[in-house]
Amino acid sequence: MSYTIALAGNPNSGKTTVFNTLTGSRQHVGNWPGVTVDKKEGLYRKNREMKILDLPGTYSLSPYSAEEVIARDFIVNERPDCVIDILDGTSLERNLYLALQIMETGIPTVLGINMMDEVALRKDVIDFKRLEAEFGVFVVPLEARSGKGIDALMDAVSRTIEEKRVPKRLPVYELSKKVDEDTLADKRYSFITEVVGASVKRGTREGEQKKSRTDTIDKVLTHKIWALPAFALIMYLMFAATFSENFLFIPGLPSPGIALATLVENLWGSFTDVVSSALLGAGAATWAYSLVIFGIMEGLGAVLGFLPLILVLYILMSFLEDSGYMARVAFVMDRLFRKFGLSGRSFIPLLMGFGCSVPAIMATRTLDSEKDRKITTLLCGFMPCGAKLPIFIMFVSTFFSDGNKTLVLFFTYMLSLAVSVVVSLIINRVAYKGETSNFLMELPQYRLPTLKSVGIHGYEKVKGFVQKAGTIILAATILIWALSNFNLASFNGGNQQEYGTPLAPIESSFLASTGKAIAPIFKPAGFGAWRPTVGVATGWIAKEMVVVTLAQLYADDISEEYLTEFFSTASEDELLEFGFEEGVYDSEAAGDIYTDVVLMEGGDAQALPTLKEDIKTKQAALAYMAFNLLCMPCFAAVGAMKRELKTWRVTLGQVGIQMLTAYIVAVFINVVGNLLF
Amino acid sequence: MTLGELRPGEKAKVVSIGTTGAMRQRILDMGVTPNVEVQLIKVAPLGDPVEITVRGYQLSLRKSEAALIQVQK
Repeated sequence: MSYTIALAGNPNSGKTTVFNTLTGSRQHVGNWPGVTVDKKEGLYRKNREMKILDLPGTYSLSPYSAEEVIARDFIVNERPDCVIDILDGTSLERNLYLALQIMETGIPTVLGINMMDEVALRKDVIDFKRLEAEFGVFVVPLEARSGKGIDALMDAVSRTIEEKRVPKRLPVYELSKKVDEDTLADKRYSFITEVVGASVKRGTREGEQKKSRTDTIDKVLTHKIWALPAFALIMYLMFAATFSENFLFIPGLPSPGIALATLVENLWGSFTDVVSSALLGAGAATWAYSLVIFGIMEGLGAVLGFLPLILVLYILMSFLEDSGYMARVAFVMDRLFRKFGLSGRSFIPLLMGFGCSVPAIMATRTLDSEKDRKITTLLCGFMPCGAKLPIFIMFVSTFFSDGNKTLVLFFTYMLSLAVSVVVSLIINRVAYKGETSNFLMELPQYRLPTLKSVGIHGYEKVKGFVQKAGTIILAATILIWALSNFNLASFNGGNQQEYGTPLAPIESSFLASTGKAIAPIFKPAGFGAWRPTVGVATGWIAKEMVVVTLAQLYADDISEEYLTEFFSTASEDELLEFGFEEGVYDSEAAGDIYTDVVLMEGGDAQALPTLKEDIKTKQAALAYMAFNLLCMPCFAAVGAMKRELKTWRVTLGQVGIQMLTAYIVAVFINVVGNLLF
Repeated sequence: MTLGELRPGEKAKVVSIGTTGAMRQRILDMGVTPNVEVQLIKVAPLGDPVEITVRGYQLSLRKSEAALIQVQK
């Protein structure tokens, strides 16, 4: 005989912690209203016949918000064998409101009063027997964070099911159909106040002290003047800890995120070298070698490379969430972001987008409404992430060497913000008809998060990314590899005859011929040539690949003579700094060094003269930068989008909007630029 | 007067909720019902939203939402 047990409760009641403890399933524990939106199930660790279903955290069963409808429909229609309602013992009145609605359905119910440690601190005393007698259900004290009371809770559940114990019918339940909503809510709350008054003895001074700790922290964090600087500082620390190469302004000190990322990158690099020499040693065919190294290893490397950033950012994010600060972020930033049709909570994902869109998109999960989640995910793709910077640097130093480079770079960043605002406003108006989500939100007490819950969250996110996005990234990377290495002659032996391998050079590959077919579309944007077009496509593997691909496609501009001459003026020290071993010029290494160091860091104003025949003007160059800024982000980010947005329909719809926006803006820049200059 | 017109620190009793549908239900569900005592704690640094204490917990709501709630000091 198997049983279904539904877990219900207010947001921030510790319901998710209870779920984790019961099922042993690893799942996030947040302190943010509405964090549980998915349907989560698990088997009770100690009795696998009990299936536990985690309902969304709600404040009531009124059928208005999506979460409430899910919870209500499940309880009323699916009629679980028992409902466990988790209540925050420090805020019993509000928590009992939901409990009352659940018990009114007549489904067997057990109440678990959580946060008993805090209740004890406040010196509040709850009379459990009295509550049990009042409602006719078992009432169990809990300390979910330490696991205390969980076994007693489940004993109560077993007994409830065995005894077929249903909640007592109370007179207040009979009112539901008779009175209007005001009176009903009022009567329910009055009844609760009466019950709480009779069964809870309020504590003394120390309770006030506990409350005042939250007040003291809030005196700074939501203060009229200090709130914004404090917020900026916390955000800076969070961003710097994940992405900074000069952490805390100490030159050369990598942040935890960058240190881990470098470690993973180096390990993966060494591993790739080992695989590479093994393949060469085994005499692998050129195409097989290329597939493994530039297709599979590159794709896996792309997945791995993001893991340290996701891990570090998520440990920090869940610390902020579990501590209760996230609700304050929304409180402080709401006014500004509401003007743009977003909520204050969108700030964090968008800020993280300046570092990397992948963790940024995954951070949208903490947003409250579906509308905010969708719009913010879309906008994350517009942010100038770290990998787009080499494109901008290369173009700025090649095309704007005589002008104000900083200003052009600044313009690019402002463009991303301006486009985000405009797109958000348009989508709000068109798709959501200007509906604003309500902002009634609990500001939970500050609580020090447990290491376990923060750790579980970081681990969960990394695992989720690998599972949900990993295959997409790998498949897409291999696809682009195949397109850029094969053409028809790969299959009829033409390449075999000419080059001794089925692989085609990139300039005659499928990718190039597709680029040639598509390129005319970009004529109005000023870069309607096949090579820049192919650059955009390889940028989807990783944005900095645009620079690498352009260097490959304009290889004639980077001839051996050109490189010898370019590096001839450099001193030994400078050569060492470029990355030449022992400061000695090496013509074999020169090509890669030129791409990775000189081009990406804007070290050659005369770079790629042939590129200037394809992209003739400054406005066209700016249009190309804008297109790469705004168009579909890398496959890793698309994988993250799919993970958050759930369906391919919505994901591809968003990619479509991004491509369209990029195209419109690029054409606009080129056309207006041509009129002005 | 409305809840939005209270000054920080002031207490008042809710008289009525001047809206309908989902918003009304949400306000009621959060415990802001007629006759309940509320206290305005503070206004957010940018002037909106506001934080109140109701039924022993802290609730944040926008000024536009607070303006729907009639109170009496």
